[in-house]
Amino acid sequence: MALAAASGRRAPPRGAVVPLATIALLEVAAFLFLGREDYTFAAPHDIVLALGRALADGSLPAATAQTLSCVLAGLAVGFALGVMAGVALGLTPLLDRLTMVSVELLRPVPPAALIPLMLLIAGFGFQMETTIVAFTTLWPTLVLSRAAIRAVEPGLIEVARALEMGTLRRALAIVVPSALLRLFVAFRLTAGIALTVAVVVEVVANPRGLGYGMIVAAQTLHPETALAYLVWIGLLGWGLNALLSRIEARFLDRFR
Amino acid sequence: MKPLQTRAAARETAPPTPLISFRRIDLSYGDRRILEDINLDIGEGEFVSVVGPSGCGKTTLLRLIAGLARPTAGDVILDGQPVAAPSRKVAVVFQDYSKALLPWRTAAGNIALALSAMGVPKAEWPDRISALLATVGLAGDGDKLPRQMSGGMQQRLQIARCLAQEPRVLLMDEPFGALDAMTRQSLQDEVLRIASTRSVTVFFVTHELEEAIYLGDRVVGLYANPGRVAQCFDVGLAKPRDQLSTREDPHFLSLRHELFSFIKQA
Ligand SMILES: Nc1ncnc2c1ncn2[C@@H]1O[C@H](COP(=O)(O)OP(=O)(O)O)[C@@H](O)[C@H]1O
Ligand SMILES: [Mg+2]
Repeated sequence: MALAAASGRRAPPRGAVVPLATIALLEVAAFLFLGREDYTFAAPHDIVLALGRALADGSLPAATAQTLSCVLAGLAVGFALGVMAGVALGLTPLLDRLTMVSVELLRPVPPAALIPLMLLIAGFGFQMETTIVAFTTLWPTLVLSRAAIRAVEPGLIEVARALEMGTLRRALAIVVPSALLRLFVAFRLTAGIALTVAVVVEVVANPRGLGYGMIVAAQTLHPETALAYLVWIGLLGWGLNALLSRIEARFLDRFR
Repeated sequence: MKPLQTRAAARETAPPTPLISFRRIDLSYGDRRILEDINLDIGEGEFVSVVGPSGCGKTTLLRLIAGLARPTAGDVILDGQPVAAPSRKVAVVFQDYSKALLPWRTAAGNIALALSAMGVPKAEWPDRISALLATVGLAGDGDKLPRQMSGGMQQRLQIARCLAQEPRVLLMDEPFGALDAMTRQSLQDEVLRIASTRSVTVFFVTHELEEAIYLGDRVVGLYANPGRVAQCFDVGLAKPRDQLSTREDPHFLSLRHELFSFIKQA
C-alpha cells in the first residue's frame, strides 16, 4: 500500500498525457478554425480566462455554494435513509421480501422525472433540488448497504452469539465495522451521483447553482463561460472523489 | 446393543454426575436425519476426542453443546440444565480461524471483544490481555492484525479469546486441521497444558486418529448416515503426554490400530 502510494506520487503522471495533448490540440484547432465571433465553442485559453473571471467576480463561488449545499444536504438525507433502510432489510429477510416489489418499482424512476412533481410540491429552490438529490441517492445506498450487511461473515455472527453479545453490542462491535468499508464506498459512489443529479436539476429547471450558471452563459452566447462552468463541475466531481478515496485509503484499510 | 456396552465402559472414567450429557438426541435437517439417538456423558475435566468420517455430524454435535444448533428431539444437559442458547461458560474454537477473528482488530483487540462481552472492567483489560497472550505463546504480538499473523498464530489467538471467557467447557472443531505438522504438535501440547492447568472440559473434534488418541482421555467414534455413537475408547495413557514417548507407547499403538480398523469399517 505505502509503496504503491509513494511510487504513484513520484512516477510521471501518465494519466495527464491524454488530457494535456487534447487541450493542446484544441488550442491549435481553435487558432486555425475559430472566427473571432463564435458562439458555439471557445479556445482552451479563453475558457481558463473565463474561469478566472467567474471566480474573481464571485459568481462561480456563489453558484458552487448553492449547488454543493443541495448536494450535501440531499446526500446526507438520502444516504442516512438509504443506510437505515438497507440495514433493516439486510437484517430482516421478511421485511426485505415484503418491500422488494416496491423498492424495485421505485428504484428505476429517473431523477429528471421527479422535477415536474417537485416543482408542483415545492416550487423552485433549495428544497426541490435537495429532495430530488436525496431520492436519487437513496436507492443505490439502500441496495449497497443491504449487500454490505448480508456480506457480514456469518462466522463472526456465531462468535457474537457464542459470547452472548446483545444486539447493540453486536451491531457496534461486529456488524458496523464489517460493513464499514462497503458503506463508505457506497457513500463515495452516491456522492458522485448526487453532484450529477443536482447539476441536471439546475440545468433543466432550478434557477440557481452551477447548472443554471452554465445555461445562462450558453443562452447569453458566452460559450467560454459555459465551458468554464463545465470544467469546474468536472474538477469538483474529481476533487470530491479524490478526497473520499484518500480518506478511504488512509483510515479504512484495516476494514478491508 | 453395543452402545449400552460402550456407555457402561465410559462410566468408569466419567464422574457420577456428568458435566455434559446428550440424552436421546435426534437431529434432522428437513427430511435428512443427521444425528440419531445420541447418548453420551462427559465428565467434568474430561478431554473427549471425537472422530468419524467426514459429514457424520461431528460439527453438529459440537454445535449442540454450544447452543448454536437445536436438537429435533432429546436434550443436551450442561451442568444440570438443558442447553437452550449459547452460554459464555462454553467457548468455541471454530474450525476456520480466518472467519472467527475480527480482521480489523489487533490481537489484543480480539481478546478485548471477549473481555467486553464478559463485562470485565476496562482497567483490567491490559493485564488480562497480556497474560492471555503469554499463555498461548503470543506475548509481544498484541499489536498485530490477524492478517499479519500465521495460521498457527491466528489459531492461538482464537484459543486466547476463548480462554478470556474463563469457560468450563472448551469446544474445538478440527482446530489444527489447516496447520503444518510442527505447529500442530506444539499447539497440541499447549492445549493439553491449558486443559490441565485450568481443569477445563474439552470436546475436541478431529479427523486425525493419532491426534485424537494423543490428546484424549477418551475417544468417541461416530458412524455416519445418520450420525451415531459407534464406540468409545478409553485411552488411559499416562499424563502428561509426550510427543515422542507417548506416541511410541505400545498401548498408543494398539489403540491406533483399533481406531484405524474402526474408521475403515465405519
Ligand atoms: N444447517 C444445515 N442444514 C442442512 N444440512 C446440514 C446443516 N449443517 C450440517 N448439515 C449436514 O449435516 C451433516 C453433518 O455435518 P457436520 O456436522 O458438519 O459433519 P462433520 O463435521 O462430521 O463433517 C452433513 O451432511 C451436512 O451436510
Ligand atoms: Mg466438521
